[in-house]
Amino acid sequence: MSYPDVSFDQRMSTVEFRVGERAHITVDSDVCRSCTTKDCVHACPAALFVPTTDGGILFNYDQCFECGTCYQVCNREGAITWTYPDGGDGVVFRRG
Amino acid sequence: MPDDVTVDVVVVGAGPAGSAAALELARAGRNVVLVERGAFPGAKNVYGGVVYGRILDEVVPRWWTEVPVQRWVTRRATMLMTPTQALTVDYRSDAWDRPPYNGMTTYRADFDSWLAGKAVAAGAQLVTSTVATSLLRDSAGRIAGVRTDRPGGDIHARVVIACDGVNSFLAKEAGLLPRTDSAHTTLGVKETLALPREVIEDRFGLTGDQGLDIEMVGCTSGIPGGGFLYTCLDTVSVGVVVGLDGLAASKTRPEELIGALKAHPAIAPYLRGAEVKEYSAHLIPEGGYRAMPRLATDGMLVAGDAAFMCLAAGLWLEGVNFAIGAGLAAGQTAAEAIAAGDTSAAGLAGYRRRLEANFVLSDHKRLRNAADIVLADRMQQEYPGLACDFVEQIFTVTNPKPKLGMAREFFRAVRLNKVRLRHLVRDGWQAMRAFR
Repeated sequence: MSYPDVSFDQRMSTVEFRVGERAHITVDSDVCRSCTTKDCVHACPAALFVPTTDGGILFNYDQCFECGTCYQVCNREGAITWTYPDGGDGVVFRRG
Repeated sequence: MPDDVTVDVVVVGAGPAGSAAALELARAGRNVVLVERGAFPGAKNVYGGVVYGRILDEVVPRWWTEVPVQRWVTRRATMLMTPTQALTVDYRSDAWDRPPYNGMTTYRADFDSWLAGKAVAAGAQLVTSTVATSLLRDSAGRIAGVRTDRPGGDIHARVVIACDGVNSFLAKEAGLLPRTDSAHTTLGVKETLALPREVIEDRFGLTGDQGLDIEMVGCTSGIPGGGFLYTCLDTVSVGVVVGLDGLAASKTRPEELIGALKAHPAIAPYLRGAEVKEYSAHLIPEGGYRAMPRLATDGMLVAGDAAFMCLAAGLWLEGVNFAIGAGLAAGQTAAEAIAAGDTSAAGLAGYRRRLEANFVLSDHKRLRNAADIVLADRMQQEYPGLACDFVEQIFTVTNPKPKLGMAREFFRAVRLNKVRLRHLVRDGWQAMRAFR
């Protein structure tokens, strides 16, 4: 009865993003290096947090849902600087 | 918008709470600006499927003739699941298929824009694509407006109504909410899938613009939370809601939980051949009454998700209606306070009194312990299996062995699921108290 699920890239390609010039979220990878759990990596519904070989985090804000999961689960003060995108920028939900 | 304006009230966020607040203020003849960070109202909003519209009677008479509805919910089901089983309580009623209606499915881009339009028609000024970045304070330190991300875009106001959603940075800046509250916050992820209209009607037993809403427990791999599925005109939305702490501990990715739900033998046939049209995610403030912030401070009121007004009480999953109810009350209170010349916390205290007198705080107070029970480990991990096994045993005909009888089948299911009777009795008692 089951069928192959869509790929993650297919899922994300269904979402409209008006990518702003300013990175509304920034990650201080130096702080992340001391984090052993890196909960953001699997909790972010857009999978924007990628662990790097040196123990840090590579982050790209382009396809962000602006949900807030990352800073809520983050246990390292100062690792994630979180703001909303500038007015009109960012995710546009049509069927939310 | 011109540089640095001064108005009576600035409402931040054109969701259901903000638009309702702006509407009441405009109706009271007040000069009100409604600031929205999205390109249009609803652009940033996601929900779990149903707007219960009774409160809209106070917004516009016969609202159902004009609201951008997808389907009227005539079937409401609750499903307890294990990986291979599903026990469903499925209720349908003709009464929900005609005015004054009960629940409707809608897209927030449509619904929130419609409600904001009501505020604009009444005289509110809607300013989209604008972020309220911080609070302004007067020389006495009292909240006196908001700064926006537009150049020279300070908006001075006698009252700020913060309807800026679950992350409410304004309520946090005012010291009303903690910076993070992962224990009381859940993540909802959703896929909206396209199916032809007649296929939806055939699969779900619906006619015309009738709709279905299923809420599920036991479908989140043991992570505290639940699932949902609801029908729109030519789409079906399916998703899961999981507690942030549980999600973080699980090392599971959110979309994998949706994938598992879509593959469940009770759900997969409903979605066969459906194509993903939109993937979405949003946080939900599920702490309820006990996690709510102070609702008023000098020069500011908080409403909607920003005030943790989502009701996640298992049987009842509501939020848009509470946001509208609170927004209306906030608008009325602000209008009165301005007329009386006192917009201090004391002058705005009528807001809480209004909410206590209507459904907003009454329902939340009554059900203040319900979320804990629904999200408790045993409710999530043991009881769906117990219920499913009990029903499976009852309906499995074991000839030539005679039937065991209900009581013995029940205790067999209890043993099979390693449920402790004293836990069951205690949880049952607490559930009765929480839902009384």
